[in-house]
Amino acid sequence: MKKLWQNLIDKYGYPKVSITLMLIILCIIAIIQKQDMSGLLKDSMVRMGMNGILVLAMVPCIISGTGLNFGLSLGIICGILAGCISVELNLTGYKAFFTAVFISIPFSVVVGYLYGWLLNRVKGDEMTVGTYLGFSMVSLMSIGWLLMPFKSPEMIWAIGGKGLRTTIALSDRFAKILDNMVAVPLSGHLLPIGTLIFLGFCCTLMWLFLKSKTGVAMTAAGDNPRFAYASGINVNKQRMIGVILSTMLGGIGILVYAQSFGFLQLYQSPLMMPFGAIAAILIGGATAKKAKISHVISGLILFQALLTISLPVINKMMPEGNLSEVIRIIVSNGVILYALTKVGGND
Amino acid sequence: MSTQLNTNKPAAKRFNIKSLLINNSVPLLFLVVCIAGVFISGLPLRFILNEIIVRLARNMFLVLALIIPVIAGMGLNFALVIGAMAGQIGLVFIKIVDVGGLPGFILAIAFSTPFALLFGYGTGKLLNKTKGREMITSLILGFFANGLYQLVFLVFIGTIIPVKNPEIVLSGGIGLKNALDLKFMQYAIDKIFKINFMGIVIPVVPILLIALLCYFLRFIVRTKLGQDFRALGQDIHVAKVSGINTDKVRVIAITISITIAAWGQIIFIQNIGTLNTYASHEQVGMFAIAALLIGGASVTKAKMSNAIIGTILFHTMFIISPIAGNKLFGDAQIGEFFRTFISYGVIGMSLVLHAWQKHMNAKNHEL
Repeated sequence: MKKLWQNLIDKYGYPKVSITLMLIILCIIAIIQKQDMSGLLKDSMVRMGMNGILVLAMVPCIISGTGLNFGLSLGIICGILAGCISVELNLTGYKAFFTAVFISIPFSVVVGYLYGWLLNRVKGDEMTVGTYLGFSMVSLMSIGWLLMPFKSPEMIWAIGGKGLRTTIALSDRFAKILDNMVAVPLSGHLLPIGTLIFLGFCCTLMWLFLKSKTGVAMTAAGDNPRFAYASGINVNKQRMIGVILSTMLGGIGILVYAQSFGFLQLYQSPLMMPFGAIAAILIGGATAKKAKISHVISGLILFQALLTISLPVINKMMPEGNLSEVIRIIVSNGVILYALTKVGGND
Repeated sequence: MSTQLNTNKPAAKRFNIKSLLINNSVPLLFLVVCIAGVFISGLPLRFILNEIIVRLARNMFLVLALIIPVIAGMGLNFALVIGAMAGQIGLVFIKIVDVGGLPGFILAIAFSTPFALLFGYGTGKLLNKTKGREMITSLILGFFANGLYQLVFLVFIGTIIPVKNPEIVLSGGIGLKNALDLKFMQYAIDKIFKINFMGIVIPVVPILLIALLCYFLRFIVRTKLGQDFRALGQDIHVAKVSGINTDKVRVIAITISITIAAWGQIIFIQNIGTLNTYASHEQVGMFAIAALLIGGASVTKAKMSNAIIGTILFHTMFIISPIAGNKLFGDAQIGEFFRTFISYGVIGMSLVLHAWQKHMNAKNHEL
């Protein structure tokens, strides 16, 4: 028994094994409590689709050697800006969503380029710098959202007629557009297969990219920068590509998130979003130096299912307080801490 | 030496304005911002001065708590939040046993100290496992500890820890209320002795305590332990080779910092008078660090003068920015966001400068 445990830990790492155990226990309790299992399945799938691309955005960054992308909020801000522009242009349906995606890309490339330029100058401290760069840009953009000259009455405050609202409803724009593209009914619930297909498509693209010549060079640069440098790879350029890709996916990711959620959230909401995405990929078995597409998928399933199922189960056991939120904080930050201790010291 | 704590060093032999400006560019920049803000807001100077003194008295401890880890080469201690939590444990305790006034204040200090020492020890151990990335670790550790803190006070109170007082426990009998009224110990030390100097009220006891802490820090830096701190701050490898037990010294540095933070939080709350059980501690680390950096400190260099100047400038900005924002843009929120941006931005900026410098040094070393 002890040996089996040890083998599991060696193969999958502590976070994955313990979260899987927690999830199994929660599922058993949920069945005993006679929770609506197909409802929980649907909610888990919605959340997986919602967060999927944000988690996928971690992959290029980790692979190129810049570590966990704590500055993902930069990409998220680009995505939100693009979403606002799409609403301002008065578009609806697929056109609105895909226009937003296309608008977000040039923003993300420029921001990602600057971010990558900075990260190449602070090697070894990418995570600390990224975190605070993200924090400061989110608060700078909070001023931006108030001052930007958007005119659409759907987005600006009704009183005063100036400044964007904290949450912008997308129900007449592109809410649920991917979710309902392919929706499979299951005992009264609609499973959002469309978003998952979109996620699968992005994952495949990423997988193909990693197999391409640039992708292989990027992996080499991240694996062993000195060796890569010696074999003629421009390490800084590869890191730059990784960061730009990650920022781009962050922008697309928040638009997918918004279409599923039905609202664009502005101001302080992107502040802590990178942490959730980081926790998910770490739970999937990635480390600060290694990541695979499979880590994204298993991490998404485990983390989002855990969050979804724990809410009704714990609320039934303990209606007082906000225990499931507490568990989210402990699990996500605990996993990140564990990963940081595993990176090892500099000496 | 870069990490010297001596604040009253004799002035440089030749008064050199250019180097003075360059060396103090950050505080000078913020001084200009503050002066401009004071003019724009149009607040009476006496009001501003009173506010500054109140805020200086209640925040200084938390800012000073940061100095020792910086000297010991551990960077900015974002785990200050954990010290603040220990302080709040003490405050919750005196609320439960219902001891107010000065005895309550002393009891809170006494009760929180063992927790602070324990948390400091744990934090130090963890940071020893993550050498070179202490700052990101202590930041995430702060978030993580916040989760545990909520678990204890939301779930364990009323179930594992028997507390019945309906004044502090939520209506269901489990979990502490969001806000605890601590009026019974408000101004416990502030009101002991006050001087009214031309309409400016100075609470003498907290200021004395701060002076005492400054003296203590200066004293400790001059002992053998302080030399070890400095040696670690200069170069951890050299320190190790010269026979210093680096891991132990690092644990001591962080424990001192967290304990001071716990006391600082108690002083802070005794002035405010209400404890926001789940929010009072969250911003502590960020505000203290931003204040220290605005005073001209960096990730590797911090003096007490930085802490004092920084606290004055940062909190002047706190007082004026909503009103200045309102006058300039017709929206007080812009001032608020600007303040948050400055706090995060100044931290981010100094992290970038530090990392950049380190990177360049490593590069030069290689060539």
